[in-house]
Amino acid sequence: MKSMGEMLLSTGGGSEIVIGNTAIVRAMLEAGVRVATSYPGSPTPEIASAIASIPRERNPMYFEFSVNEKVATEVAFGASINGHLSCVFFKSVGLNVAADTFVQLSMMELIGGMVIVLGDDPGANSSQNEQDNRHYAHLSYTPVFEPATPSEVYVMFKQAADLSRKLRMPVIVRLSTHVCHAKEKVDFGPMPVHEHGNKPLFCMENGPYIPIAADALKMKRRTLHKFWELKDLLEELPVNIVEDNSSERGVITAGAPYLSLMDVLEEVEDKPDVMKLGIVHPLPKNRILQFLKAHKEVKILEELDDVLEREIKAFAYDNGLTTRILGKGDLEDWIGEYTPDKVREVLSKCWPDTFKPVKEPDSPVKLNARPAQMCPGCGHRSAFHAIKLALKDTDITVADIGCHTLGYLEPYRVGQVLLCMGHSTGTAAGLSMFNDSRRVVAFLGDSTFFHAGLPGIVNAVFNKHNLTLIIMENGTTAMTGHQDHPAVGRNFNDVSQKIPVRQVLEGLGVSNIREIDTYNQAGLKEYVEAALEEEGFKVIIARHPCMLKFTREMRKKGKKLPRPVRVGEKCNLKYVCVGQFACPSYQIADGGRVWVQEDLCIGDRSCVQTCPSQAIEPVE
Amino acid sequence: MKKYDIFLAGVGGQGIGLLSETLARAVDYSGQRVIGADTHGLAQRGGMVSSHLRVGTGAHSVLITRHSADLVVALERHEALRGMLDYLKDGGTLVYYDAVWQPLDVRLRRTAQVRNEDIEAEAARKKAKVLRVFKEDLADSRMQNVIIMAELSKAKLIPGVEKEHYTAALSDLLSGRVLEVNLKAFEEVAG
Repeated sequence: MKSMGEMLLSTGGGSEIVIGNTAIVRAMLEAGVRVATSYPGSPTPEIASAIASIPRERNPMYFEFSVNEKVATEVAFGASINGHLSCVFFKSVGLNVAADTFVQLSMMELIGGMVIVLGDDPGANSSQNEQDNRHYAHLSYTPVFEPATPSEVYVMFKQAADLSRKLRMPVIVRLSTHVCHAKEKVDFGPMPVHEHGNKPLFCMENGPYIPIAADALKMKRRTLHKFWELKDLLEELPVNIVEDNSSERGVITAGAPYLSLMDVLEEVEDKPDVMKLGIVHPLPKNRILQFLKAHKEVKILEELDDVLEREIKAFAYDNGLTTRILGKGDLEDWIGEYTPDKVREVLSKCWPDTFKPVKEPDSPVKLNARPAQMCPGCGHRSAFHAIKLALKDTDITVADIGCHTLGYLEPYRVGQVLLCMGHSTGTAAGLSMFNDSRRVVAFLGDSTFFHAGLPGIVNAVFNKHNLTLIIMENGTTAMTGHQDHPAVGRNFNDVSQKIPVRQVLEGLGVSNIREIDTYNQAGLKEYVEAALEEEGFKVIIARHPCMLKFTREMRKKGKKLPRPVRVGEKCNLKYVCVGQFACPSYQIADGGRVWVQEDLCIGDRSCVQTCPSQAIEPVE
Repeated sequence: MKKYDIFLAGVGGQGIGLLSETLARAVDYSGQRVIGADTHGLAQRGGMVSSHLRVGTGAHSVLITRHSADLVVALERHEALRGMLDYLKDGGTLVYYDAVWQPLDVRLRRTAQVRNEDIEAEAARKKAKVLRVFKEDLADSRMQNVIIMAELSKAKLIPGVEKEHYTAALSDLLSGRVLEVNLKAFEEVAG
């Protein structure tokens, strides 16, 4: 078996098939990153998986999963102003959490350098929106590299690190879902030898680091000065690609949409010229003007918002160019990932003579989507099944982020509103006001509790809100791949002090707390019914370990899982197991009989109590 | 090879990731360029997962254009039909392991389970070739992915990729007893 860790450390380099998230770790090591931080979120958690593959004692880099993206950014910032090259990575919406810290970074002299790796998610594959984080770069005068392939991820991260160290400013490497997860063979160079010192280099002479009063403007001036200097520097950086097809038409694009464009161009005769930008902020103005001047029509092909378009149109206006610039058309151009299909559709709207949209073939067969499910044995399923029985139709349920968000799906329909990580207690508090007829129940995961859930809870105690909060504690950060969190007693590197959820709640002054294992469905139902009758802020800790993690660990240890269950003769087709409890192991046979798919059943038996006919029994 | 597109589909938990990674490495061992991506937004057990693999110098995006895959490989019957409807080109090939993990709609008795006849009918409309794979005596359902890989090898469905490329790829990714068991199962079927 090939070892990813050995490949990442190899002194000679060599080539290997990797995803973008792995390639970036090799680049971090080559660039000499000393401190890396993150909070898990798709599409970036595999960056940490790659780091985890490096034997701890040989890893020159310190890594931690911080409790949230804001803290992660601060840890990386602190390391950088002490002279260490640092890197923070997280998902698109993680930048919202980190924003208060992030927007200050460009004003600081980051003497060690600092790279911010963003995993944007066009298409909202695994996020609550598809926000375009280039806006944040504009807001904060931060340069942005935008690689399209794993090879470019590798090269551009190193360029970004160099630039960051040189200008002592933050630099963003903006990835997107299918750049993070894109797979190809990447040629790695040799590993440079880094002489890492342990001398703290923080020095106020490098400042000011306190942006108060007149210094805030002084610091902004310094930031802008660097940013202007950077604009000239970037014109010369070899990160842009121009493909000349001798056309009067041109396309300016960047990142993964460039690859989609190349696919589409494989099939057309009249290929436009193409300019692919490697850095999307600030733009190489002179090169773009040159490209505009050489064409009659230029299409700006960009995923999500019209960020390039607005700037390029301004360049053309300022320079009196008559080139026809084709930007976004209808609102569909603003929505979704720019896959080859999407790019073909977008181009067909502006140049219908050359590009035709794909015709969907006619088939009488229609197949409904297969939504994600909670796993067999999931404690959340037991919880939702029990809680639903305790709720009235008029009650309002507030979801939060995590596996338990899936409770909003059929057949449970528990969780009716969702904003973002940790919003639930605050939103529920608002819903409880001027409301004496509809009871309000909020949900929160345990990792999210520490991430962004605490302020809402403190607020509920402080301002005496009237609601029930159910903390769905499964002992891990399950949805992103089972990362440890502060209540686990282990961090990324080591055993650590456990910070139990209950103790935190008590410390915060929550007086009405109940705790129960969710497999005790009758007990949980009773607790919810009771809590909902009481006034004030009530918390129920509904606990069961993540069973996917548990079964994986059992199998890894070579232990046998308990025997699966089957539906016995007592079954009189009430369909509670399959239709209401809805564990995916339960299947419907021809004729309506219910059976258990043994490949799926993990033998947890959380279903047994749901059967009104006591027909569920272990396989002999 | 200019371009040969393979779309893989299954249900979270079936081992699409390992299958896709092995195929990618097998293609690489055959000396051809390969790119691809797994798409696993919310890949809980039970959700749909897919993976795109693109062989040849004419492939750019890691995502395959709809209705243009040369080969669709599925580990589950419903996903086989979906993969064929969404990605297979006319005249392409579908290989599927005939496992059934019923989607929610079927379990809630709203729609009927997809039958093998439904797949045959759709394949006829697309003039596609179909290879149904099922191994009655498979001890561990988690090895369905290796069985289907062995069938791909036996039928030489990925141009230029030979048996030794598959086994070399497996040896890159697995070790010890797991590798041993998987290689044995592979050899048995691939011949």
